[in-house]
Amino acid sequence: MAKTLFEKIWDQHVVTEIDGRTLLYIDRHLVHEVTSPQAFDGLRINKRMVRRKDLTFATMDHNVPTTNRSLPIVDQISAIQIQTLEKNCKEFGIELFDLHSPNQGIVHVIGPELGITLPGATIVCGDSHTSTHGAFGAFALGIGTSDVEHVLATQCLVLDKPMTFEIKVEGKRKNNHTITAKDIILSIIKKIGTGGGAGTVIEYRGQTISELSMDERMTVCNMSIEAGARAGLVAPDEKTFDYLRGKRYVPKNYDDLVDYWRENLKTDQGAKFDKSFTLNASDIAPQVSWGTNPAMTADVTESVPDPHEFAKGEMSQENAAKKALEYMDLKAGTPITDIKINRVFIGSCTNARLQDLIEAASIIKGRKVAPTVRAMVVPGSQQVKRKAEDLGLDKIFKEANFEWRESGCSMCLGMNPDILARGERCASTSNRNFEGRQGAGGRTHLVSPIMAAAAAIAGHFVDVREWV
Amino acid sequence: MEKFNRVLSIGTPLDRPNIDTDQIVPKQFLKLVQRTGFGKFLFYDWRFEPDGSTNKDFVLNNPKYSSSHILIVGENFGCGSSREHAAWALKDYGFDVIIAPSFADIFYNNCFKNGILPITVSKKVVDELAQTSSAIEVDLTTQTIKYDNKTLSFSIDEGRKKTLLEGLDDIAITLLHQDKITAFEKTHAL
Repeated sequence: MAKTLFEKIWDQHVVTEIDGRTLLYIDRHLVHEVTSPQAFDGLRINKRMVRRKDLTFATMDHNVPTTNRSLPIVDQISAIQIQTLEKNCKEFGIELFDLHSPNQGIVHVIGPELGITLPGATIVCGDSHTSTHGAFGAFALGIGTSDVEHVLATQCLVLDKPMTFEIKVEGKRKNNHTITAKDIILSIIKKIGTGGGAGTVIEYRGQTISELSMDERMTVCNMSIEAGARAGLVAPDEKTFDYLRGKRYVPKNYDDLVDYWRENLKTDQGAKFDKSFTLNASDIAPQVSWGTNPAMTADVTESVPDPHEFAKGEMSQENAAKKALEYMDLKAGTPITDIKINRVFIGSCTNARLQDLIEAASIIKGRKVAPTVRAMVVPGSQQVKRKAEDLGLDKIFKEANFEWRESGCSMCLGMNPDILARGERCASTSNRNFEGRQGAGGRTHLVSPIMAAAAAIAGHFVDVREWV
Repeated sequence: MEKFNRVLSIGTPLDRPNIDTDQIVPKQFLKLVQRTGFGKFLFYDWRFEPDGSTNKDFVLNNPKYSSSHILIVGENFGCGSSREHAAWALKDYGFDVIIAPSFADIFYNNCFKNGILPITVSKKVVDELAQTSSAIEVDLTTQTIKYDNKTLSFSIDEGRKKTLLEGLDDIAITLLHQDKITAFEKTHAL
């Protein structure tokens, strides 16, 4: 029977059925400091071991400072959390990329960089943006701490099989430089809603998706969770195989695996998806979110919508939009390009890879950040940081008055000292514009790296298409 | 985990769609390394004003709901971050049942791991439950909700129901199948 890519991966990992649910084998488990301490405690209390240390990798990213790494961590509670991960990895024998490792970085940036992420694999992490790894044709999903403990102890997860959702993006983008992967995924979420993908695994397909680079596919898959999906993936192709070839942790028989993947890891002709949605890439403009969830997003050429019109007759949506405008301190009808910002954050597992930094730097070169704006770049990993420095990007950013930081999640979720003050407004390349996400009372607008860079220079949102 | 029993309580209505886990437990409380005591951080930025005083307009601060064990919310509840701290906070605060038109997947799963019963019903029923001022009775064994002299049934996966009713340890159950995992590993290598 014709199967979708996801169904093939699923079927290859079924160990058994338990009470009508599936016990699924997990190929790679990524661990970080925030969602793991309670899982390791659980193992200790129940005298359990980590079943497959060789398939488990840890790093610290969520709660780490992005300033000078040779200095001690000031926040004592954060320091304890970081030390706890070190202690747990040592006790249970798990490889850790710590603050001083040349491979440290955001867990979803380093997985692919190190070849831990593989096509056809099942990958989990106690973090919702694990969907990022789907860009390589993996079934990668975020899990809670109890499931982190479950995978540590059993290398399996008990799951119900999700439905399949085909999202096709067809046609040519008007300009590959200014209409980015971020604009594609924000356009999709705007259309299908924050719950549009609930209960499903999305397969992104179509000409536009095939043409995306690996960095761009990761941006798209990363935000699958913002559409409520369990995971998102893209069928692997030569770009995928070339990206991973030679990476540190890929299996020794890599080329044999590639032969197998090339033949098998694709949706069969005639396979049926449970749901389908198509977007035309030529319709996409640069996106800017105006509200407090990622579906509350508009084209840069539009204005902040009226809550009544936005809600299309749904009272609870209208109230939510009203609350969002109140929180964001915005008035309906305000052109997006009139919104002034005072912070810019280029970073996160969504948009802090090398291509993101190259694109942002391209608009900054020879310009200066507006005097009313404080802007920072937080590379996704130490590898990204080194590669960017090799290209001289750090100099471009610093000369424009951007801060150039060490790698980590940073202001995407504001667990470390990088936060918005109450009332500050930020153009952010991250993934969530939730209330208080980047700091209590802070206001977040989601944009692509090139749009964030242009906003930093102008002090307000601009249609970056007019600058290139 | 404690066994899940029948719950009889008034419902706390929080009618807002897309309540994300950042609202349920803001990030500054994720630095803790234990899983207890998160109730005091529940909906922190909505419950408290920036100066730390209580926000009297927020429903959880209404004394009428202080002994409520049932939270009634809008669609896509628990979206966003996978932080299980959200479930820990709700349970620790005293919520054993959450009723919504829909839940985000990761959060839904986290509920069962912590003795919380998430129930999905239509938006119409959620609205009725949010408006009733009398007690609501939730019985997992019979899969029924009783309110205002009405009884309606809800559906739930059998395996998950059993886990809650018997307070089972998921890992212990999986480990009963250890031989199958070992056999699987012999032929599956990636």
